Amino acid sequence: MFEAIAFYLFAFLTIAMFYITVTTSQALYAITALAAGMIFISAFFFILGADFLGAIQIVVYSGAVMALYAFGMMFFDTTRDVKEKQGNKAIILGLSILAAILIVVIFAVPMVSNNITALYPMVAGAGNTQEIGMVLFTKYLVPFEVAAVMLLVAMISGIVLAGKKMDLSLTLMSDEEIEAEKNEKVRS
Amino acid sequence: MIEIGLTHYLVLSTILFAIGLFGVMRRKNLLLLFFATEILLNSVNIAFAAISHYYGDLTGQLFAFFVIAIAASEVAVGLGLLIVWHKRHGNINLDKMSTMRG
Repeated sequence: MFEAIAFYLFAFLTIAMFYITVTTSQALYAITALAAGMIFISAFFFILGADFLGAIQIVVYSGAVMALYAFGMMFFDTTRDVKEKQGNKAIILGLSILAAILIVVIFAVPMVSNNITALYPMVAGAGNTQEIGMVLFTKYLVPFEVAAVMLLVAMISGIVLAGKKMDLSLTLMSDEEIEAEKNEKVRS
Repeated sequence: MIEIGLTHYLVLSTILFAIGLFGVMRRKNLLLLFFATEILLNSVNIAFAAISHYYGDLTGQLFAFFVIAIAASEVAVGLGLLIVWHKRHGNINLDKMSTMRG
């Protein structure tokens, strides 16, 4: 009963927030609605018993990703109203067909997948976080390490792209000035 | 109606995915297009967590973790590129990026 009430309440809130995100013409409204929607999504994870995933959702999305977007928005001119795209008919048609196929597949999948068995079943008597740690550090250790390396690469690329030569303002110069700077460095 | 099953979560996930697709189709500002891709990734995460819960399998939750890690990397790299583009060209309009000039 309470599960149903919570599900419908948070479903309505999430859909409303994300609808605002994609339809509003103010970038600040969009980022605020997106942050709210991320927090409401973590409520579904708590309802589903995935406590650790819910906490990660709040920390990573509402914390790190939203802060990154907020800092990024400071670089852009967000006070103007955002202009909308006049749609390309072929893309709209293709993506609409894709969405329709997805809905059909979603209703069809539970009928054909009745005999699915759990690959890594939940361990009795352990909390959600403990279970995830046991599976993550035994069966998924290599993907975990690869994800760590990928995050390191992303961090370095973000620093290089956004913060390189901040005193020189490399990105404000024209191509000729950059070439001249490069030649200067080669000569010296 | 009162019993929440797997289908409820999958339908919610589809609705959120459709909203994200709608945003991808509609947006011309690249920053707001990134917001729409975040919605797409989150809707898939809900489906993973729901399937993980109803089949008693942890694999779905672990996939959701990796999706979150990939989304974080995507934001870092994408925003870095976007800042460089904005500093050099003064706009982040998707239609003006179509010619691939440096």
